[in-house]
Amino acid sequence: MKTPLIQLNDIYKTFGANRVLDGITLSIYQGEITTIIGKSGGGKSVLLKHIIGLLEPDAGHILFNGHPLSEMKRPERKILKRKFSYMFQGNALFDSLTVYENVALPLKETAVLPEKEIRRRAAEKMAHLDILGNEDKYPSQLSGGMRKRVALARALMTDPEIILFDEPTTGLDPIRKNAVLSMISDYQKKFGFTGVVVSHEIPDIFYISQRIAMLNDGRILFEGSPEEIQRSPVTEIRNFIYGYEAPQGAYSGRNNQPYVERRFLQEMARLQNHDIAFSLVIFTFDNIDEIYEHAEHIAGQTVIENLALKIRHKIAITDSCSRLGLNKIVLLITNADRVQARAFCEGLARDIQANDFIKPKPSPDFCFSFSVGFAQATRDSSLESLLETAESSSNPFYQFKVC
Amino acid sequence: MAILSTVKLSVCVLGQMTMSPVQRLGKMTVFFFWGLIHIFSLPLQIYKIVEQIFFIGMKSVFVICLTAAFTGMVLGLQGYYTLVKFGSEGMLGAAVALSLVREMGPVLTAIMVIGRAGSAMAAEIGIMRISEQIDALETMDINPVRYLVSPRIAAALISFPLLTALFDVIGIFGGYITGSLLLGINPGVYFARVESSVVMKDISGGFSKSIVFALVVVTVCCFKGYFTHLQTDGFGSKGVSLSTTSAVVLSCVLVLIADYVLTSILL
Repeated sequence: MKTPLIQLNDIYKTFGANRVLDGITLSIYQGEITTIIGKSGGGKSVLLKHIIGLLEPDAGHILFNGHPLSEMKRPERKILKRKFSYMFQGNALFDSLTVYENVALPLKETAVLPEKEIRRRAAEKMAHLDILGNEDKYPSQLSGGMRKRVALARALMTDPEIILFDEPTTGLDPIRKNAVLSMISDYQKKFGFTGVVVSHEIPDIFYISQRIAMLNDGRILFEGSPEEIQRSPVTEIRNFIYGYEAPQGAYSGRNNQPYVERRFLQEMARLQNHDIAFSLVIFTFDNIDEIYEHAEHIAGQTVIENLALKIRHKIAITDSCSRLGLNKIVLLITNADRVQARAFCEGLARDIQANDFIKPKPSPDFCFSFSVGFAQATRDSSLESLLETAESSSNPFYQFKVC
Repeated sequence: MAILSTVKLSVCVLGQMTMSPVQRLGKMTVFFFWGLIHIFSLPLQIYKIVEQIFFIGMKSVFVICLTAAFTGMVLGLQGYYTLVKFGSEGMLGAAVALSLVREMGPVLTAIMVIGRAGSAMAAEIGIMRISEQIDALETMDINPVRYLVSPRIAAALISFPLLTALFDVIGIFGGYITGSLLLGINPGVYFARVESSVVMKDISGGFSKSIVFALVVVTVCCFKGYFTHLQTDGFGSKGVSLSTTSAVVLSCVLVLIADYVLTSILL
């Protein structure tokens, strides 16, 4: 059994007469992204502040690698603190410092590095977050979304081992929201940090998290994988998750995943009662990592958004299209078997051009590479099994490149 | 029984009223010593200290010159009409110089800096506290007291004596304007009295006061801003305004109390 990196044992915290944390027990594992979801004002930020030591619990213990934080000596705490980074909900940017000074501050104050190296690292982080060119502006001269990205760049500057994100995507448009989420996921894979994210972005946050914890009335109501929480029969959990569900994605007209699940059940009923076939198609953007290397994270997400838009224009009103992960789109085609589904994809591949995705291309010879998996539903199919078949390596794929 | 509980309650209230200021004073003393110690912790924050010297010192020069000139002129005027009654108007230079160097220079400089820079310090740090900027420093493993308070203490220790010296010189010239140029005292007599009456002990005493005032002003103003969030009678921007007001009032009162204590020691 894995030992948690951070273990919260029976944490209580009261502000005046208001008990915010009422016996929280939570495990955070190394190299994973753990997301804390829950109602606004439910104590999620308070919980994060306990983890980083900004607040002391009234009762209970916080353990790091099994050592209680309260028993650590000053030098030990200092070493531990250097492993952390925190992104505040309200950004907490220094309003009298410029964007560059804000981003560079953690390194300037805590590391012995030449100015040139600090400048290089800051420029790299700012480029990833699409804020380059604003170095000399002050936070008050930026939009809310830009401030968020400056705060994120600052949090990532020291390449910390544990990063606590307090609502990192609130106030961002859908494309930038996904870019930030994919950046968190990408950086986590690249550097292997442990992430604790407080977020309301359901279901997007499920795609980048390995574990989800739901906070309700000061207690942890659920702790498990994103798949487990989506299958949870607990009414509070289901209401919370699906309470966020909108019929269509605000930006691209894509449907979100729970909607596809509903559509799947409806089509399954039609298949069982009237023998009307339907198929599931999964589009995977294969070289999204190359885009991340050559351009910003936002470029990768723009490609996915534009592919979704293109698909949306071609499908019938009864079909539904949804994102499956950071680089995948799932499409449910009604009245179609595998052959017809494949024909649809061939038609799409013929119509689509590189300019439809992103302008300009990351490099002149860059090709957008996609693979497509198909699965035709049978009477006893489940959504999971159908997705598995469509994604299975034994399933003959259709691949196309747009150059 | 009722009498007993009333007595008990009164003792409790009295105890609380005594303990609370003592605790606050203790907290402020610890805060001051951390700020002072971190001036010397490596790497030295030279750039930030220079920045604060510019803010506390350089930007106060105009207001100090203006205040000093009129204070000296008033002293010259009042002194002349008092001394002329005894036929000793020739002592005006000594009266103006001693009043300024020993008392008015350090005290008025401190009070002017409180109004100009002390209130700004309390407000700036207070806003940083309520907008979580101080918490952000802590999460980045940057000591907030070292980052925010130490450069200000160092800058005040350098700026206050220099501003006091400037105040003294301008004030003496102010006295000369009214005493000699307007009321006709011989300029040679005026400056000879200044030279003969002011001794090194007076100057060092005045500078000692300005150093103590620098420590008092910066500690109180930074402390009030730093702990804005613990204000019980106002939160957010109201809390900042209350801390700024109380920082200015408390600094002024403490400067005057410290002045009396130091004068009684130095004389």
